Amino acid sequence: MIATATTQILTLNVIPAGKDHPRVSAIGSRSFLLEAPGDFDLAAQRRIWALSQTLKSWTDLAEIIPGMTNLLAIFKHTPDDPGLVMDRLFEAWDRALSIDLAGKTVEIPVHYGGEFAIDLPALCDLSGLNDREVIRLHHEATYRVFALGSAPGFGYLHGLDPRIYMPRKAVPSLKMAKGCVTIGGMQTGVAMLTGPNGWNSIGFADLQMFDPHSPTPAMMAPGDTVRFVPARVEL
Amino acid sequence: MIEILESGPFNTVQDLGRPGYRDIGVSASGAMDPLAVRIGNSLAGNDEGAAVLEIQTFPFRLRFTEPTVFAVTGTDGNPVIDGIELPAWCAYTAEAGQTLELMHPPKRARAYVSVAGGVDVPSVMGSRSTSLRGNFGGHGGRPLEKGDWLAVGEPPGFIPLPASGLAIVEPEIALGDVFPSGSDEILLIRALPAGEHGLFADNGKAFWDQIWRISSRSDRTGFRLSGAAIVPTETVEMRSHGVVPGVIQIPPGGEPIVQMSDANTAGGYPKIAGVIECDLWRLGQARIGSRVQFVQSSYAEARDVERAVDQYVADVRQTIPMVKRALKAMA
Repeated sequence: MIATATTQILTLNVIPAGKDHPRVSAIGSRSFLLEAPGDFDLAAQRRIWALSQTLKSWTDLAEIIPGMTNLLAIFKHTPDDPGLVMDRLFEAWDRALSIDLAGKTVEIPVHYGGEFAIDLPALCDLSGLNDREVIRLHHEATYRVFALGSAPGFGYLHGLDPRIYMPRKAVPSLKMAKGCVTIGGMQTGVAMLTGPNGWNSIGFADLQMFDPHSPTPAMMAPGDTVRFVPARVEL
Repeated sequence: MIEILESGPFNTVQDLGRPGYRDIGVSASGAMDPLAVRIGNSLAGNDEGAAVLEIQTFPFRLRFTEPTVFAVTGTDGNPVIDGIELPAWCAYTAEAGQTLELMHPPKRARAYVSVAGGVDVPSVMGSRSTSLRGNFGGHGGRPLEKGDWLAVGEPPGFIPLPASGLAIVEPEIALGDVFPSGSDEILLIRALPAGEHGLFADNGKAFWDQIWRISSRSDRTGFRLSGAAIVPTETVEMRSHGVVPGVIQIPPGGEPIVQMSDANTAGGYPKIAGVIECDLWRLGQARIGSRVQFVQSSYAEARDVERAVDQYVADVRQTIPMVKRALKAMA
């Protein structure tokens, strides 16, 4: 892992200047969104993780929300000079070195196919693969939790095989069940709440992944490695 | 104890929210009018952030089983105790067995009931707010229902109230010079341009110039605005990022969504603007069907309003115990 991180730093250093400038914008008067330049990949996310660590020592920050190759910094008060805040964020980004989070490995047993896999046929049509092949590609990959968000404990997982990328639905399914194993664009994840959901379901996982009464409410954390284990395949 | 005698849907226990867990996908929740909660709790002798009842469907009735100091804030209507009208924004002592009734506010959307000692529900992840989406916090993670019983906490450093109660000048009047008055028909809400503002033609003219109507598909999660659809000049693919209440997003249909207290923690729609934090309570008091226009603000203005509001709350918190002590000494 250390070797990988070092390689990553070297890679980042050779990215030409200009392509490495993040974008900072505002939401309201207290929140600033920094978006990493470049591709949606692990290198960018590692640098977001590093930035997030740096920002934890800023005493004027109320909250930090790392997203997908971006980070929202919420300040306690409206700054007198927003330009100064943006400069501080740019500087922190410039200094942020790629880090790898030493996450745990989470294995999620999945019932592939069956009544919850409502979008498996459409994914077969889109990919030109048969259902067994789609399922194999999904469970053979190793995923990283990039960030949590959207619903309590929901982890955005990176590492999906490009052959089974599938765009989000234009019209969301109105009542997708909690536990559905889903694909949204180039990401995958397990639905945490029953409700409207634009991702595509290919299976079901019956695993408690969020408990508000626990000292660590969310089972997953950024940097964790996730593997899907086929507990049952019903085609 | 408090017994709920009558309640409509979606009345909940709230406090100032559960910030700090958005990075694990948990919405902050909390009152739609946090300023009313800070003042109500100050009147009731509590910390600013004690748990209160947020009432947004009416009529609502409750009964106090013990003598209880309470205040009703947020509303522009008068609460009724055993058939007698009281002013809002007033601390008052209910006798054991008395019934408090709230009717729909004449112009606003929400009323808050603060009680001395706070509504005593368990704190979950640092807050007593109800998370309706997550089904936790507040009273069993759900809205209040007829027949519910709620415990009241032990009042901190209790100072008795004068028999006639104790009222304050409500924020809209006391802070009249820092909030735009607009007209009776159109609520003016200040906002700053957000990340994708540049994708909308003529500096977002169609957004800023338009008078929007708050659609019936609006709730604590967000307000949908009806009007002439606005579309960006180009389609961009956004990566999911953190959002906060007040963000104004433009979904593909072109009718804006303003995220409110139960805001999703992440989003990916283009953002045209963000409401300044100190105006959020005013939007939180806007009713479905009412009209709103957004006004471009500045950091300097947002900072001035924030300071004025904090100063007002500090003054209220300092003055109330002083007045209570003075009146007690005179009695």
